Amino acid sequence: MKRLINEKPGRPVGVALTLLPFLILLLVYMAVSAVRLADNPADKLLPSVLTMGESIQRLATEPNRRTGELILWVDTAASLGRLAIGVTISMAMGLVIGMITGLIPYVRRTLSPLVAVLSMIPPLAILPILFIAFGVGELAKVALIVFGIAPFIMRDVQQRVEELPAEQLIKAQTLGGSTWQILLRVVLPQVFPRLLDATRLALGSAWLFLIAAEAIAATEGLGYRIFLVRRYLDMEIILPYVAWITLLAFLIDLGLRCVNRTFFPWYGGRRDA
Amino acid sequence: MSAIKAKRLWKEYGDQVVLENINLDVPEGEFVTIVGASGCGKTTFLRMLLGAEQPTRGELLLDGQPMKGEPGADRGVVFQRYSVFPHLTALKNVMVGDELERAPWLGRLFGRARSEVRERALEMLASVGLEHAADKYPHELSGGMQQRLAIAQALMKRPGVLLLDEPFGALDPGIRKDMHALILDLWQRQGLTIFMITHDLEEGFQLGTRLLVFDKVRDDPQAPGAFGANITYDIPLEKADRSLYREISKTVGSRQGAEYDSAQVINLETRK
Repeated sequence: MKRLINEKPGRPVGVALTLLPFLILLLVYMAVSAVRLADNPADKLLPSVLTMGESIQRLATEPNRRTGELILWVDTAASLGRLAIGVTISMAMGLVIGMITGLIPYVRRTLSPLVAVLSMIPPLAILPILFIAFGVGELAKVALIVFGIAPFIMRDVQQRVEELPAEQLIKAQTLGGSTWQILLRVVLPQVFPRLLDATRLALGSAWLFLIAAEAIAATEGLGYRIFLVRRYLDMEIILPYVAWITLLAFLIDLGLRCVNRTFFPWYGGRRDA
Repeated sequence: MSAIKAKRLWKEYGDQVVLENINLDVPEGEFVTIVGASGCGKTTFLRMLLGAEQPTRGELLLDGQPMKGEPGADRGVVFQRYSVFPHLTALKNVMVGDELERAPWLGRLFGRARSEVRERALEMLASVGLEHAADKYPHELSGGMQQRLAIAQALMKRPGVLLLDEPFGALDPGIRKDMHALILDLWQRQGLTIFMITHDLEEGFQLGTRLLVFDKVRDDPQAPGAFGANITYDIPLEKADRSLYREISKTVGSRQGAEYDSAQVINLETRK
């Protein structure tokens, strides 16, 4: 028998093992929920999977009686819109500032400590300031996401630029490259897939800040809805919403990973080059 | 082609002296190989030639002019690793030099200009034997092919001086022989001045027209940084003989351990 560290599951076993904990969780939930419901059919805490299905279907397909909106999709569009704007702005700032602080010593000395300090401020602590400064509209929510993740992305990109082998930068200079050209043709293309990796890591925080901001002041959005129905202990809406948010986050992550694999075929093998 | 001259060149880091009083006159077209124990400043010397490092005292002249304080297109370089851009295919790696020169803002060429550069790059790739690998990324190439690519990339700029820092150090012996033939051929055809660091004394003897040995003449065990290395041998290689090889092998090997032990020298003797 080989050592445990040398035993690797084959493909079918691997897939089965991946699904196993999810299935167990689901079964445990269904069992416990069934027990509670048998005890008290009006129990709100652990609704049956069937009730959750019905309520999410209602939110997704039946227009709201008061506003005539399909609530699930309105919420999803609002949240994804805020997330997209916030994350895109953060990526742009992270890329530009990270690249120049990583490459140009004068800029590094000027901006890098500032970014480090900014990234230490807990973003939720300044949420009130954002609401006071920008009002309770969209701007404050987007600003919270940007404030929460842009410094992280900047620092990550800067570090990736600093990790580029010195030999490459010297080589680029012996090929006649100016600072601008090196930024454009050596640094930017090599840092871009890493920017997407950093964004993938930052998305978890981005969701956190989005939902926090929506919980406090919003009129639609996934986070808003969860905190709204919390007042009625409406677990049959909260749980499917959480699952839906998780699915969205997973799909965005998967998408970014695919972009990296498709557009930067050299990225995976880069280590031994 | 370019000539290089060093006049009383010193390099110090704080109170640690790396190189002391280097005087050197290399006419154009020379193939200089540099050997020495590790940590004796060969790479520092090469980096000064490259412009990546400044001398603390003395002068370094390229064709009679003081050398610019940063790397430039007049001096090409191939390192042991990381000499090519991992995100570009072999062909684009070779094209990039010309693209940077002709497109100062975009760093990219389009249309006819691009196909001109492409033609020339393909010829260059063919001359180092990589025409079949034009569309491969560096990580898909073997170590020897990566170094060929790095050489092709550097030679596109037609530099007067080519600096090689242990370029074949990580390659298998068989492949190394091919690379020697390649570099000698390119050196003769393009009339380059070449400086090559190697830790393989035999390679240094075979390849160059002139061999430099860097070593510390004085050594104070109480203060290892007090004295720097100097050029202890400067040998025109046509006149070199075996006894000299054995002598140098001792100084080079003294601090490098088993790599140049006597067995290797004897081996070489018998082969001859």
